[in-house]
Amino acid sequence: MDFINSHILTLMTFLPVAGAAIILMMPSGRDSHVKTIAAVASFLPVLLAVQLWFLYDRTVAGVNVASQFQFVEHYRWIPSINVEYFLGADGISMPMIMLTTIVSFLAVVGSWGIEKQIKGYMALILLLETGMMGVFCALDFFLFYVFWEVMLLPMYFLIGIWGGPRREYAAIKFFLYTLLGSVLMLLVMLALYFNTTNPETGGHTFNMLHYMQQSTHNGWLKGFDIRILLFLGLFIGFAIKVPLFPFHTWLPDAHVEAPTAISVILAGILLKMGTYGLMRISFPMFPDVTKWFVIPMAVLGAINIVYGALCAMAQSDLKKLVAYSSVSHMGFCLLGMAALTPAGMVGASFQMFSHGMITSMLFFLVGVIYDRAHHRDIDGFGGLGAVVPVYTFFITVAFFASLGLPGFSGFVAEAMVFIGSFSAFRTIVMISASGIIIVAAFHLWALQRVFLGPLNPKYAQLEEINSREIFCLAPLALMTLILGVYPMPVLNLMSASLNHLVDVVNMVI
Amino acid sequence: MPLGNLASLRYFLPELAITATILLLVVLHVVGRNRRSPEAAILALVGTGMALWVAWMTPAGEGIGLFEGMVVLDGFAVFFKVLTALATAIVIFMSIDCYELTDRTQAEYYLFLLSVLLGMFLLSSASDIVMLYLALELVSIPSYLLAGYLKGKASSTEASMKYVVYGATASGVMIYGFSLLYGMTGSTQISEIGRVLTLGTAPLPAMLAAVMVTVGFGYKIAAVPFHMWSPDVYEGAPTPVTAFLSVGPKAAGFAVLVRFFYTVFASPDGADGMWKLSSSVDWPFLFAVLSAVTMTVGNLVAINQRNVKRLLAYSSIAHAGYMLMGFVLLTTVGLKAILFYLVVYLFMNLGAFYVVVLVANGSRSEDISYFSGLGSRAPFAAVSLAIFLFALTGIPPFSGFIGKVYLFAEVINRGVYWLALVAALNSVISLYYYARIVKVMFLEDPTQAGDLPLALVPRVMLAILVVPTLLLGIYWEPVIRVTEASVRILTH
Repeated sequence: MDFINSHILTLMTFLPVAGAAIILMMPSGRDSHVKTIAAVASFLPVLLAVQLWFLYDRTVAGVNVASQFQFVEHYRWIPSINVEYFLGADGISMPMIMLTTIVSFLAVVGSWGIEKQIKGYMALILLLETGMMGVFCALDFFLFYVFWEVMLLPMYFLIGIWGGPRREYAAIKFFLYTLLGSVLMLLVMLALYFNTTNPETGGHTFNMLHYMQQSTHNGWLKGFDIRILLFLGLFIGFAIKVPLFPFHTWLPDAHVEAPTAISVILAGILLKMGTYGLMRISFPMFPDVTKWFVIPMAVLGAINIVYGALCAMAQSDLKKLVAYSSVSHMGFCLLGMAALTPAGMVGASFQMFSHGMITSMLFFLVGVIYDRAHHRDIDGFGGLGAVVPVYTFFITVAFFASLGLPGFSGFVAEAMVFIGSFSAFRTIVMISASGIIIVAAFHLWALQRVFLGPLNPKYAQLEEINSREIFCLAPLALMTLILGVYPMPVLNLMSASLNHLVDVVNMVI
Repeated sequence: MPLGNLASLRYFLPELAITATILLLVVLHVVGRNRRSPEAAILALVGTGMALWVAWMTPAGEGIGLFEGMVVLDGFAVFFKVLTALATAIVIFMSIDCYELTDRTQAEYYLFLLSVLLGMFLLSSASDIVMLYLALELVSIPSYLLAGYLKGKASSTEASMKYVVYGATASGVMIYGFSLLYGMTGSTQISEIGRVLTLGTAPLPAMLAAVMVTVGFGYKIAAVPFHMWSPDVYEGAPTPVTAFLSVGPKAAGFAVLVRFFYTVFASPDGADGMWKLSSSVDWPFLFAVLSAVTMTVGNLVAINQRNVKRLLAYSSIAHAGYMLMGFVLLTTVGLKAILFYLVVYLFMNLGAFYVVVLVANGSRSEDISYFSGLGSRAPFAAVSLAIFLFALTGIPPFSGFIGKVYLFAEVINRGVYWLALVAALNSVISLYYYARIVKVMFLEDPTQAGDLPLALVPRVMLAILVVPTLLLGIYWEPVIRVTEASVRILTH
């Protein structure tokens, strides 16, 4: 037990890839074994996440204070350039770690129906989980970067091999966009490395927590112009991932072509890495530039909200509609963060968690109907509510959660974002609020076209949602509901850290 | 004090081992009748292995001048000897079953290969411009023969012809530069030339000489604009030869480039691994521009290639551009980055070519269409190739990423930001064409029917190339220590 508790983050990160290794070594033709192993390898992290949940001390902040990080594992890796194996968790990463384990496990279960090369598929999805966990746990920039890039390969193959008709285009577009952002991040990372000193050893360092101590910055890293450049380099890298307008164009393609479970992971976890990166890296490392940059960030957030919602309204493909609704919802995260108030920051982080669950549900649900009808054209259905009532129930729940109906977690998050940011930038928030109406409009309109009205006779015999699919949806729906009524369990998890983060940024002149 | 001729011999054992093997191969060529028997390959392998082992074990110390100062034995030379011998050994393995080579007597092929190896050994240790020129020709002339080895194939003959004409021109220009240096300084010893040039005589001839020598070396490492020969040669030559040319002589070219420019046109400055220019010739800037142009041209042209061999040829041009970044910084750390990159490049590039050989053995062509569906026809080879290609792109957790990090890091540390940005964008461009091969292998259905079975030897060889590519991406401290030690000696 001691071993598990002291290496819990390592175990959570590398158990999936160990499962992948076992799967790859298995003889072919044992598909059911492959699925079982994949499910176990992704379920063990869920158990460990529960352990983490109970052990986590909610009173300390972390962020830039090394001693307040929990479950820390710190070893030397490559001494000659001071690369370290440094994992730890605080209130910024905790919700994301929880979300990653849950969504990954459900995605594995949701992939039960895959028939083509199941071995490769499951191995890649587990490798992907390792990459995502690593990103959220790493506190060494080099390590962070390695995990960040490790994710790209499985994602490329998962979209490219198991995706829809235009999968090759979508896969390489995703890969190129993200790599472009990453190489900028790499350059910034190296520039930081050479212009900071480790206060303990006097050498250079990749330790993120050292970067957050402004006293370790030296040389030209003190110049504000340079800091703006470095901040922008990181910002573009993260913005591509979020994705922020105008870097969002890879997202609809990737989502539409990706298989259902991969869309779930993509929207549920991967997008959050962009906003997580801003919170974990950009804000505490460059608090002065962050303050200088709040208005552009808020404007970008508002554009995302309104533009994403308008785009979603124009879609006739149900999956593309959900994809664009993600663009819109991620805008709330940025708006909340830019406000630099405790409520805004907590709202943004809660939105990340809540959107992770809601959008996972939505993509699962779209996948369910696509599996049966083999198309996703919104106007091609009609009156399905009478044929598949259970399915309609779930999709109604998911749509209402997504459009921010009170009682669901999305409402809490969005309300907190608006409360937190209203004092900071009134006009922008008022424009953004119009997004809420558009979001509600396109959700309800889509719901009406697909499930209400006269029944399209083609789908009179449509198969009802099965129990495995309900198994994937029910936990998410339940959590969305519970957190909508009583969000404190998650808020407690992050508030100490996020309040501290706001202080760190606001402290600088 | 340099050692005399006889006293030098005991430090010259690796070269002697290769020479003995070459002579034995000549005998074998005359005596041997059986074309298919692998004895020539085994003999060449043993000779190369011995040379590698002896070179590795030779006490290099602080650098010993041999043969009255014609060559020098130091850690830098030893590093390149081991590297090129390793490349040669791998290429011999590659050649054994290659379909292009099996219908001719094998002995002469390995004879040429080992002659190039001998030339590379001398090239990486030459400390006299006459020796340097001879070594360069010893690398070049058997290379011409290797490129034209396929008598019946027009493109092979064309490759050889182009190679000869281009090589002759380049070495002619280079030796003209050497003559200028000799005229200015009155010595053929590069250390002496460097010492006299620091006195600051005649900047214009020095500039001219630097540019002319650059032509010769640039041709060897295939840097733009001296790269014109390489795509045709790489495409026309037998694939193992192409793999060899893209790694061995390129590495040796970097060895001589570094040794020559860092001795003649620069001198150590202080103890912290910095160098300063000896004369007013700003060659680092010249090479920085060459580096940027080389990687950009290599990558942009590679995008449109359909022949995988030719694509890899352009990619290797781009990689020469990346490595040149370490050369222009005038720091030990920059050189260390080049050496490290050469190590990882050796494995990933030879690995990529090896899979091309294996595929072409079945299909008799290197066109990209024959790679479609390789993921299901030969999963191990396809996954290996994917790993090599992603390593070449520079994506973690593969070794190529670490190589790039070291290069980028020093470029940023020395403040050449524009070059770092160009290189970073180039990495993104290169992903496009590397990923296209991966796409064809895994995302498309096979056009060729049937599996592509791999024999045991290719499997083992592939594993030997894949393992370092993976391992050096995760733990590379020992290799970086070796490169550090190899470069440190150069500063004395």
